[in-house]
Amino acid sequence: MSTYRVSGKGRVDHNRPVRFTFNGENFEGRQGDTLASALLANGVHLIGRSFKYHRPRGFLSAGSEEPNALVGVNRGVGRAEPNTRATVLEIFDGLNTVSQNHWPSLKRDVGAINDPLYMLFSAGFYYKTFMWPKSFWNKVYEPIIRGAAGLGKSPAVPDPDTYASRYAHCDVLVVGSGPAGLVAALEAGKSGAKVILVDESPEFGGSLLGEPDAEINHLSAWDWLLETNAALAAMKNVTLLNRTTAIGYYHQNFVGLCQRLTDHLSELPDGAPRERLWKVRAKQVVLAQGSIEKPLVFDGNDRPGVMLAGSARVYLNRYGVKVGNLPVVVTSHDSAWLAAFDMAQAGAKVAAIVDIRARVPNYFVKRARALGIETLCGWTISGTKGRHRVTSVRVNPVSAGGHVGPARTIACDALLMSGGWTPSVHLFSHTKGKLDWNDERQMFLPGARTEDSRCAGAGNGKFGLEESLMEGASAGAAAAIDAGFSASAGSYSVEGEVLCIGASNRELPSDGSASWAKAFVDFQNDVTAKDIRLAVREGFKSIEHIKRYTTTGMATDQGKTSNMNGLSIASDAVKRPSPSVGLTTFRPPYTPTTFGAFAGYNRGDLFEVTRKTAIDSWAEEKGAVYEPVSLWRRAWYFSKQGEDMHQAVARECRATRQSLGMFDASTLGKIEIVGPDAAEFMNRMYTNAWTKLAPGRLRYGLLLGEDGFIRDDGVIGRLSTDRFHVTTTTGGAARVLAMMEDYLQTEWPDLKVWLTSTTEQWAVIALNGPNARKLIEPLVEGIDLANEAFPHMSVAEGRICGVPTRLFRVSFTGELGFEVNVPARYGRAVWEALYDAGRKYGITPYGTETMHVLRAEKGYIIVGQDTDGTVTPEDASLAWAIGKTKPDFVGKRSLTRPDMLMADRKQLVGLLTSDPKTVLEEGAQIVLDPNQKVPMKMVGHVTSSYWSETLGRSIALAIVEGGRAKEGQTVHVPMPDKTHSAEIVGMVFVDPENKRLNV
Amino acid sequence: MLLIRCPYCETERPEVEFVYAGEAHVARPVDPAALTDDEWKNFLFIRSNARGTHFERWRHMHGCGRFFNAVRDTVSDQFAMTYKAGMPRPTENEIKEARS
Ligand SMILES: [Zn+2]
Repeated sequence: MSTYRVSGKGRVDHNRPVRFTFNGENFEGRQGDTLASALLANGVHLIGRSFKYHRPRGFLSAGSEEPNALVGVNRGVGRAEPNTRATVLEIFDGLNTVSQNHWPSLKRDVGAINDPLYMLFSAGFYYKTFMWPKSFWNKVYEPIIRGAAGLGKSPAVPDPDTYASRYAHCDVLVVGSGPAGLVAALEAGKSGAKVILVDESPEFGGSLLGEPDAEINHLSAWDWLLETNAALAAMKNVTLLNRTTAIGYYHQNFVGLCQRLTDHLSELPDGAPRERLWKVRAKQVVLAQGSIEKPLVFDGNDRPGVMLAGSARVYLNRYGVKVGNLPVVVTSHDSAWLAAFDMAQAGAKVAAIVDIRARVPNYFVKRARALGIETLCGWTISGTKGRHRVTSVRVNPVSAGGHVGPARTIACDALLMSGGWTPSVHLFSHTKGKLDWNDERQMFLPGARTEDSRCAGAGNGKFGLEESLMEGASAGAAAAIDAGFSASAGSYSVEGEVLCIGASNRELPSDGSASWAKAFVDFQNDVTAKDIRLAVREGFKSIEHIKRYTTTGMATDQGKTSNMNGLSIASDAVKRPSPSVGLTTFRPPYTPTTFGAFAGYNRGDLFEVTRKTAIDSWAEEKGAVYEPVSLWRRAWYFSKQGEDMHQAVARECRATRQSLGMFDASTLGKIEIVGPDAAEFMNRMYTNAWTKLAPGRLRYGLLLGEDGFIRDDGVIGRLSTDRFHVTTTTGGAARVLAMMEDYLQTEWPDLKVWLTSTTEQWAVIALNGPNARKLIEPLVEGIDLANEAFPHMSVAEGRICGVPTRLFRVSFTGELGFEVNVPARYGRAVWEALYDAGRKYGITPYGTETMHVLRAEKGYIIVGQDTDGTVTPEDASLAWAIGKTKPDFVGKRSLTRPDMLMADRKQLVGLLTSDPKTVLEEGAQIVLDPNQKVPMKMVGHVTSSYWSETLGRSIALAIVEGGRAKEGQTVHVPMPDKTHSAEIVGMVFVDPENKRLNV
Repeated sequence: MLLIRCPYCETERPEVEFVYAGEAHVARPVDPAALTDDEWKNFLFIRSNARGTHFERWRHMHGCGRFFNAVRDTVSDQFAMTYKAGMPRPTENEIKEARS
């Protein structure tokens, strides 16, 4: 096909063509190609536009560290993924990809106007450029920046894929399947230890996949690989996870793995999860993450066709693709010379090898000359040319004194660069493992560890193949031994290995002006060497500050290729050694990870449980509209014949006040408190006095925090001297039980009391209205319901509709009321029996909204709505609920702290709007003087507000500074459209004498 | 995710089974009424906010339900030891021993 594909070379299947599209154009690749290798085989280097300057960009690397080559992948509705790295995207038949960050097209992009405006967009431009005028920010700058910035397009519809997750435990987890990782897994596996080996690539082998010529234990690298992989696959105790990235390393050897299952498949199998998140707890971890090549920093180092030399070698040897036919190599490290040799042997004409170092080992120079390659040692590179692909480079000799001589231009179609290699210490760094600076090698290496882990191979600075194998083997054996197995490392030899060394650089010397050079450090965030120096001139000295100001290393690649160059330039600029400038923190995930993988099964219906009462299904059949209340779904209102919510609630309110309403109160929290010290425990927990509460009686209980603020409330029944039936708010049930357990277990362990949650054991049917007693009288056995025998605030055990009940006479509406507690399994049957029997009274089921209105008409508070965690009993006019003679209860001491006694504390009051039709907005702020200047002094807010059908007008509750003393005064509620006025009144709007209650 | 040893269950379980419950060894005064406002404030609000060794309470919420105490390093997050509620604060030597 193209002149770039080298037939017969690489690990791709040359007999299996794969068709795919890029920006609508059809291309052909080979089975085993990545999108990057397939496009390079077709001579395509221009893959996208850069983030800030919209500069044309090509492939920098061949791996997951890629900063430039981000593409969008479209696999149908909901399956559009932005920012996929083309260098790891496996192609398949029908793959559809698009480039990003350009308009209208990749080749002609209007945003490239930013490139000549370079000076405007330098370091800190976010903070400097768009500051003035202020009014422009919301309307002009922000929308434009938002539109132009960002990488790729977010998908707009829900993801149809599923994502799996699972836990796993193993003795030895090995991360990375390069030479060190492979032998570590092999040695640990041989011991019988349970081993998991992971690698992000589809194939195991790591760097060996790009180095077929090496010879290990007298086998060619790929034969040795075949043998080793087969040996591993044959071990039942070894789990091999390819296409799996170790994304994060957490405490106690807990490692997150993201396994990609279907992205590489042409046909998506039905029901198969797209990815699986593994949560692995390993006894021992071996990190063999390898190393990442550093770019060189010079003007024009970002032009398409400029790429890392090691990556060019991978494209050639692993994928059978020459990235150019006329490459130039520029380097300060021996390894790039090997790339030049491989290219030359594959038929490319290597125009020159430019080495920044004056002295290069003779072996390399000799071999280059033998291959007819010109070598320029002690030279620099000062520029590149070419619109959408590099066409020539500008190189200059550098004298021993550092003088840059006259430039020479060399034509080329690719530029392969190397600034040396950086050990990948990301996962080690996640554990807060110490990184030691090696000044001679100018690199950070893993130091003291915090977890049971070992680093091996290039990731530990062992760049030679043999030393890497040896270290991997001993790490694997040692890990197995530490996990309780016996092992001894086998031995590994490599024939005729040439060890590569190099020198570290900052910006390369140039005869051009440094202030105009576009010498990129961070390709993905478009940060240049000049930006970093500017940041230092402007006073930033710490790498963490320089990073944030310039945004270097803050893109989705987390600076894998840029951090070390950025650091050495920064340390030069601040004139301090690298380690004292500091390395930025690596954070999980190692590579960008889908939200789907993290969410796993916890989405849609499984995102959160929905708690349903025993009566819920009845409400559903009657067409109830639901609202969520903590985890419960509760009937909000029952709409009849097309009523809207207002009409339905008004009808439910009328029916309840006039005759009979029924309400599912099963969600109330319930705690059974039992034991000889139950009353004493209640005395200490609640504000009220309990000692004298007779069995068979109910009392409103108020619970404070130790800080004196209201935490919860509820009606509490004493069933016998040693047994209380406590109810809590729906949302507070678990919290209150936890608080009680805390005091009981840790402060008063001597009390003989047992606490049991019974929330789900009881179904609760609240019956309210003048006809409530008439309804249940014929259905109840064993309880005398007469007002004298069973007055308001009574409890008794008996039977209703033939099943056992704890019957409460209590009311949250102000009407004659009963709460029928029956074992949950009878809940629906009893509800239906009551509903049928109640037809003659026009019994009306009502929901939470009507419950809210009716209770507000009576001034009954809802903790959490009318209180906010800063409200005392006195503030809420609930001081009557405090047992005055009790020596102590939770929160009592706080009630006399000076701040709790101030006269201008916010207090709960009633509000009546001047216009009775106005229903105030809950949460609306209250002011005293509506004509004051903005910002106004706010003195409180509306906590509850409803249309009261009973009164034919609106009512509201509010907390207002010194509110009770302001009764009769007018306050104001400014809203966007108009300012409402309201009178402060008492909290009880209906039947303040409780005549309807005690009948 | 941390592994935490419940001293009642005598087993190491994942962090999701537990809830944190604030600083340990902050006993509620026997007679709060006898305390000055300042003393009560100190009990109520003032905590050690330690950098390093911290004595704290945890509850094995989704296990035995018991509250217990732990010594954890707030910098490294590592637990040195856990012990039953009501036991005295471990000495420096005991913590050192537990760490080794
Ligand atoms: Zn436990």
